[in-house]
Amino acid sequence: MALPQLRQEDLSAAVNACPDVFTVSIAGITRKCLLWLLVTLFTGFCLWRIHFFDLKLLLTGFGKLGEALHFMFPPAAHGYLGEFIFAVLQTIAMAFLGTLLATLASVPLGFLGAKNVVTRPLFHFLLRRGFDVIRGIDALIWALIFVNVVGLGPFTGILAIAVSDTGTLSKLFAEAIESVNAKEVEGVRAAGATGLQIVRLGMLPQVFPVILSQALYFFESNTRSATILGVVGAGGIGLELSDRIRLCAWDEVMFIIILILIAISIIDTLSKTIRLRVIGNNHAALA
Amino acid sequence: MSVSPGPSTAAFAAFEKAEAAQRRSRRRRTFLFAFVFIATVAVSSRVGEVSLTGFIKGLPGLFNYIRDILPSIHAHTLGPDLASWYWGLGKWLSMLVDTLLMAFLATLAGTIGAFCICFPASRNLMQRYPVYFVCRRLMELARGVPDLVYALIFVFSFGLGPLPGVLAIAIHSVGALGKLFSEVNENIDPQPIEGVKAAGGNWFQVMRYAVVPQVLPNYISYSLLRFEINVRATSVIGFVGAGGIGQELMFVIRQFIYQDISAIVLLIIVTVILIDLTCETLRHSVIGKQVLL
Repeated sequence: MALPQLRQEDLSAAVNACPDVFTVSIAGITRKCLLWLLVTLFTGFCLWRIHFFDLKLLLTGFGKLGEALHFMFPPAAHGYLGEFIFAVLQTIAMAFLGTLLATLASVPLGFLGAKNVVTRPLFHFLLRRGFDVIRGIDALIWALIFVNVVGLGPFTGILAIAVSDTGTLSKLFAEAIESVNAKEVEGVRAAGATGLQIVRLGMLPQVFPVILSQALYFFESNTRSATILGVVGAGGIGLELSDRIRLCAWDEVMFIIILILIAISIIDTLSKTIRLRVIGNNHAALA
Repeated sequence: MSVSPGPSTAAFAAFEKAEAAQRRSRRRRTFLFAFVFIATVAVSSRVGEVSLTGFIKGLPGLFNYIRDILPSIHAHTLGPDLASWYWGLGKWLSMLVDTLLMAFLATLAGTIGAFCICFPASRNLMQRYPVYFVCRRLMELARGVPDLVYALIFVFSFGLGPLPGVLAIAIHSVGALGKLFSEVNENIDPQPIEGVKAAGGNWFQVMRYAVVPQVLPNYISYSLLRFEINVRATSVIGFVGAGGIGQELMFVIRQFIYQDISAIVLLIIVTVILIDLTCETLRHSVIGKQVLL
């Protein structure tokens, strides 16, 4: 089968339809070049700001990095295996309790922050901005603050995770509650339910899978953040890791990193399985 | 047509028995679940050294702390109060700009790295399995290790300063963006690939002319999202001495310079919110109003 011949009038029609594709304009090229030049210059300036062009710094830096990498293999625990595993468990416990506390606090807060539950605009606005402020402060900063309250240790990490996630989860829950199907709420109201009953019977069943799957998802990501909270003194494997880095015990550092990767992948798989089972296949998009 | 007789009592009994059994098993499952859950909470609290008494004892401390870090601002001396609260505004703003520059560089490096590694890490674009496997594992390693850990190691090798921070966040971004990019790659329309292959294009030409035009808007949008995340990350990466405003924040928290803490935290929050809003607008203009993440 022969291909249809391209006719001259087709070509000219195409040229008429989108002339810029078929012509090269000097102005366009100059603009493009200028843009790239600007981006390059800006990047160069940024690199200069972070002392990237300091050759001596780079050479010694990569030299020492190579040295550290060299000492990382083979990874070894040097008899601290039990301590490390306990620290990993402590980290997971921090993530679990932090997420649990955050979820428990966020469910009522989420309902209060939803436009269709509490209809006062000023209240809604203030609460939502409050969530934003709490959310805007990183868990690490919360950890530093809580170190002053309950001292060093994993409890600090739990509180830091709980507070910073309360901001995020409340916002997510409020958004989920705002997008519930209004007809079911209407139905419950028509049956004569009071305010609290409307929330319980009309809204909660709709948002419960979302709440559960978000909580599990946050548990997953908190396992990651809990590992680094230890760096600022909140216990767990992060504390062990930053100690080992300070002592330049590189083989133990590598061992801990591998341990963290294994723990995170186990938690990921576990939580994904539970999530898919809990929310069912019809909610797979949430997973 | 005769009226069908109602179900026999035997059938009723069987039904009720089955229902009761089902209910019992469901209740048993609920109890089991509750037991496991409570046990987990108990063990976790023990391992996590949760102490309610410690918390309650510390609670007044927390309120004192919050009271201390909040500035004393009176209506009749508003100007001078604000000025003394933000006495270091110039210094802090320049540090914030540095932080943003670090985030920009890390995102740029991360995007370039992810762009290079995402094509061989897509199952539909890379026929050689070992290459695909190695690229995937490399990306997992890059994003599995927290950026603060990379930063600690790089601070050891490069010394205090912004360079280790940028490197750490860049590596993490390569992993995170690489995964997202390759997921985008795996969902493209295969027909343009066949077209370029049929026209005699080699692997690089296929990527350039068949894949990139389809995925570029998504890449840009993901990179902007990553920039938002990286701004947050760079603002705290200074906690381990890797430059930016975090280093100053760590210093004032450790030295108990109370009012500076709230001043800097507020600056960070405002910056993060501004960046988020800007990036959101840019993102929507790139990909249209579709929901991301």
